[in-house]
Order: sequence, then C-alpha cells, then structure tokens
Amino acid sequence: MSWIDNKFEEGLIVTSLDWAINWGRQNSIWPMTFGLACCAIEMMAVGASRFDIDRFGAGAFRASPRQSDLMIVAGTVTYKMASRLKRLYNQMPDPKYVIAMGACTIGGGPYFKHGYHVVKGVDLVVPVDVYVPGCPPRPEALIEGLMRLQDKIRHQTRAKDPISRVKEEVLN
Amino acid sequence: MTSEEICDILKGEFGEAVTDSVMDARRPYVVIDAARWEEVARFLRDDPRMAFNMLQCLSAIDLLEDNKLGAVYDFFCIPQDGTDDVLTLRHHFAVRVVTDRDDPHLPTVSHLWPAADWHEREAFDMMGIVFDGHPNLERILCPDDWEGYPLRKDYEFPLEYHGIPGTTEHELTNPRH
Repeated sequence: MSWIDNKFEEGLIVTSLDWAINWGRQNSIWPMTFGLACCAIEMMAVGASRFDIDRFGAGAFRASPRQSDLMIVAGTVTYKMASRLKRLYNQMPDPKYVIAMGACTIGGGPYFKHGYHVVKGVDLVVPVDVYVPGCPPRPEALIEGLMRLQDKIRHQTRAKDPISRVKEEVLN
Repeated sequence: MTSEEICDILKGEFGEAVTDSVMDARRPYVVIDAARWEEVARFLRDDPRMAFNMLQCLSAIDLLEDNKLGAVYDFFCIPQDGTDDVLTLRHHFAVRVVTDRDDPHLPTVSHLWPAADWHEREAFDMMGIVFDGHPNLERILCPDDWEGYPLRKDYEFPLEYHGIPGTTEHELTNPRH
C-alpha cells in the first residue's frame, strides 16, 4: 500500500487533468457530414453497421461544422471547393482535427500531373492531422486513421510545450 | 435515311455553306460554314426529311495546327408518336463547324435544342468558344474568375489560385515524357 492509497473519499476519481480531458475528447470525436467524392462512400460504410465507427464514439455525424470536432476530407478537393472547405474548417470550434482521406486529398492523386483544377494536397488549404492513403481507402483504413487520431489526442497536454519554452528563452 | 442522302440534301439546299463532307468516317459528318450555321441548324430540326429533334452531344475540338477551334454537333432523330416511317427516320448525323482560334465565335443553337444550353456553356468554359446569342454564357464548371481555357492544347496550368499553390512547377522543371 503506497502513500497515496486510502486518502480520498469514496467516489472520487484520481487522475490528471490531461488524462481526463483527453479521455473525453478521444472518445467523442464527432465528424462533420462532409463528403466530396467516391471516398465519401467508404466513409458512409464506416458509419454504417458493418464497420460501425460508433464503437469509437465517432458515429455522430453532425450536420453543422459548429457542432463537429473532426473534418474527414473524403474526396477530390478542387480549387473551387477549397474556399468552401476552408470556410467550413474555420467554422468548426476548437479543438478541431482533420483527416485527409484518400490519394486525391493527400496529394492530388491521379490528378496530380494533368489535373488543372485539383488542389495538390488538402494540407495546402487546412492543417491535416492524419493521412489515410488509398484510392479509396478501405473502411478499416479509415478506422485505423481514427485510432491514430485518438493516439494523438491521448498524448496532448495542457502544459507549456517544453520546446516552445526553450525557444522563448533563446529568443529573450 | 443514310448520311449520304442527308449530305446530298444539305448540299442541294445550301450549296456553298457545306464546305466539306467526310462520309467514310465511322461517324460521317459535314463541315458547315459558321456564318450560315444557324440557318442550317434550323433546317436540320424543322425539315420533315431531317427531323433531328435531339442534340445528342456537343463537342469542342482544338485544331491547334490550323489555328482553329471547332464544335461537333451529334444529332439523332427520335421518331415521334404518329410518325409513319419510324424505321427510316431513326437516323444519326454529325456536323462540324469551325471558327478562328484567335477570336472564336459561333452562333448559338440553344434556342433550337435546349440541350445545347449547358453544352455550349461547357464548350465556352473549357475551350473559350463564344456562342453568340446564348442566353447565359457563363462558366459552368470552373470558378468565375478562372483564367484561361483549360482544355485548349496550349493551356498553361495556374501556379497558384487564391493563395493555394499549385505544384505544377513540377511540370515546368521536369521534361514531359
């Protein structure tokens, strides 16, 4: 029995604030109802019963960017769509995450060389957290991408970033 | 009616307006003078021997070597109710109209075949052919402020669009295969 045991009342959970917040966030990543092309069909399959992304707490596809945490960019992003996509991203409340799903979204895909109208990677428009390659990716791949995003959220901290602290010291 | 018969009728009616005819192609076509194209189009639709009541497709073509732009119209006749000679009237035909590449203008046929409306807008968007008399000739696919006509053979890709970089420097620095 260590020094901390048996010190607290019944019903009190002992944890770090980081752990608690991250636990909440990673298990309720609500994606936005947003599909651009064929990858969106796979995204719908992920949302349906066979693959069931609801097991990860991410099945509540919100119809408004103001209620969503995650934007799954599923499909070819054209220059014409990029302005809309950026607006939707800006309308999402923090913390917000982006999954780039499929070859087109990652780097232009089959349109990289001869597609005059395709953005050569959605990371030129919005910051991307997880890249899910494939054309289109299997639903399992998107679930894997979601789990990697959960890993990322799990390791976030509200403390000062040690690297930025060092930078500040160096600059001052 | 065969394509040769249609071609002969057109030559009889319009003479000089039919500048060329290619009958041994898989899809036989005639070349019509752009200045008289509206008149010929009306004949193709309204004459009972032609009765082309359907514009199947409008394709824009870039004849870069000749410094020309063109449009190819594919017509089909769907027999209407009450038509006696259903079998004879179910025929195809194609017409090519060519215009100058530096100042491309063609008369619209959107008032004759409503299907031409969006087709002409697309041809304008992609190739820059201006269809005179079109009710709403705006870009249909590209953004309104897009520069250039993407499907022309000498089109140059944008290096950036509204601050989004295009990585087409790759195209400039690497030779085409």
